[in-house]
Amino acid sequence: MTDSVLRVELRQRQPIPLDCGFTCAAGELLALVGPSGSGKTTVLRAIAGLLHPAAGNVQCGAATWLDTSLGIARPPQARRVGLVFQHYALLPHLTVRQNVMLGVSDLPPQAQLQHADEWLTRVHLDGLEQRRPGQLSGGQQQRVALARALARATGGGERADAAPGVLLLDEPFSAVDQVTRRKLRTEVARLRGELKIPIVMVTHDLDEARALADRIVVLHRGQALQTGTPEQVLNRPRNTAVARLVGLNNVFAGTVAVADGAPCLQWGSRRLAITDFFGFAPGDAVSWVIPAEGVLLHRPERPTQGDAENPVVGTISEVLRLGSFTQLTLQIAGETQPLSFQVSSHVVDRNKLRPGGSASVTLLAQHIHLMPAE
Amino acid sequence: MDWGALSLSLQLAAATIVLLLPLAVLLARPLAWREFRGKGLVDALVTLPLLLPPTVLGFYLLTVFGPNSILGQTWSGLTGRSLVFSFDGLLLASLLVNLPFAVQPIQRAFAAIPRETREAAWCCGLSTWQTLWRVELPLAWPGVISALVLTFVHTLGEFGVVLMVGGNLDGATRTLSIAIYDRVQGFDDAGAGQMSALLVVIAFAAVGGLHWLTHRVGVGRRD
Repeated sequence: MTDSVLRVELRQRQPIPLDCGFTCAAGELLALVGPSGSGKTTVLRAIAGLLHPAAGNVQCGAATWLDTSLGIARPPQARRVGLVFQHYALLPHLTVRQNVMLGVSDLPPQAQLQHADEWLTRVHLDGLEQRRPGQLSGGQQQRVALARALARATGGGERADAAPGVLLLDEPFSAVDQVTRRKLRTEVARLRGELKIPIVMVTHDLDEARALADRIVVLHRGQALQTGTPEQVLNRPRNTAVARLVGLNNVFAGTVAVADGAPCLQWGSRRLAITDFFGFAPGDAVSWVIPAEGVLLHRPERPTQGDAENPVVGTISEVLRLGSFTQLTLQIAGETQPLSFQVSSHVVDRNKLRPGGSASVTLLAQHIHLMPAE
Repeated sequence: MDWGALSLSLQLAAATIVLLLPLAVLLARPLAWREFRGKGLVDALVTLPLLLPPTVLGFYLLTVFGPNSILGQTWSGLTGRSLVFSFDGLLLASLLVNLPFAVQPIQRAFAAIPRETREAAWCCGLSTWQTLWRVELPLAWPGVISALVLTFVHTLGEFGVVLMVGGNLDGATRTLSIAIYDRVQGFDDAGAGQMSALLVVIAFAAVGGLHWLTHRVGVGRRD
């Protein structure tokens, strides 16, 4: 089987706006993330051929699945797409084995049977071949759906003549419980390493995207706002919109400055050390963001050398206990936007942190990221 | 017992089912899944025979089927037979009258199949026809059985439209229901009683059979 790259370009205004383009290489897992209604599933459906956008181009390897400029729009049957639906979409009147066999329905019956059983073994469902979907747990049903999609996407196996395919996962773990989700996640991570096909996964779970994806596309109202590695997207958002979409809420306004030849950031009356100009020039107004892990609480009883780095003092406005972690929100003098970060709950107890009290933190220079001003 | 009438009724019911069910499946699919202009109108037209008095429906059919109508002339031109007071006309009327009984259960059954289920079949490479045979019909089976039984029983019992369009010709258009009416008119209560009892038995068996079949199919899908 030849390696195939999936290339997607989609544009339309109605009925669901779309304006995005990305590629996904064979063996790569691309995550489409965004809030509900951001068009993630629509993009997936357009790749599968279940929806034809007004304008666009979808190519898988050498095969053109969609090219509106040439009037090409191949039906789902003509695209080698293994799609795992959010709610599994197994056929209730067929057995587990028959469901997976459908994925390779273009092969002779004997080969169908063989491939179905191979995939069922690979997703650890051997022994359940004769069951019907209604007799399985949610996690097991999702494995059947995964086996069926894999059988379809790989054309039954690594046959030389098999047309290249893609695996599409639509919120694949959202309908199962936490423990099952973790197991399935591990399984997908393992499969990704073994399969040489593009995998596109839709999710609204950033942790999932961070854990599984090689690259992330951030979607908002059908528009691709940023494409990059999880590290880039989640820590170096391109603009404040992306920052907020990926859950970075410590967004502030500032001005780029220079001190002793090194870049720094003027934030109200404070001056913060930063590691890079991020392409801005001194004097530029910028928005800047710091992820929660870049904020370190000072311990008055145990001052360290590091406390000297970008110290900021604020008034605690909220102490929100979330199990072993506690989210602290600081009101900084002269700022309307609060600063939030997390500490271990025992630190809160030991330091007797309470709303109304004051706290001092360090903003780690290497975590401060600059973006165009809002 | 008018065996000729019974045989005619059974033939009519069988022919109606054979012709109407495939048509109902084709009609019910878009009504269940697609949005199109005029869908409300089609829905209303399918339901209309259920609401119209049989005599009114029969009257219009008689007019449309008549030897002076376009349909009547075309039909006799093609087959050499008349549409009124004939088995042909009876069958055509029966198809129209039974439209709601055949379409509605199938439409409801199709509507209950999630869109994702059909999409999954397409994404597995099944064509529209393969999806119909291997996915949609097996899942809509209880609805199809319902449609079959309702149409069958309703055709056996139809009186008003049959009388208007077919009249009461022995061996040609005299169905069981008409025969019963005939016997009562002729003070043959014993004959009418036998035939009525037979219809009761058939109806009861049909409902019982329907219940058994759908229950069995329903259980089969769950386990």
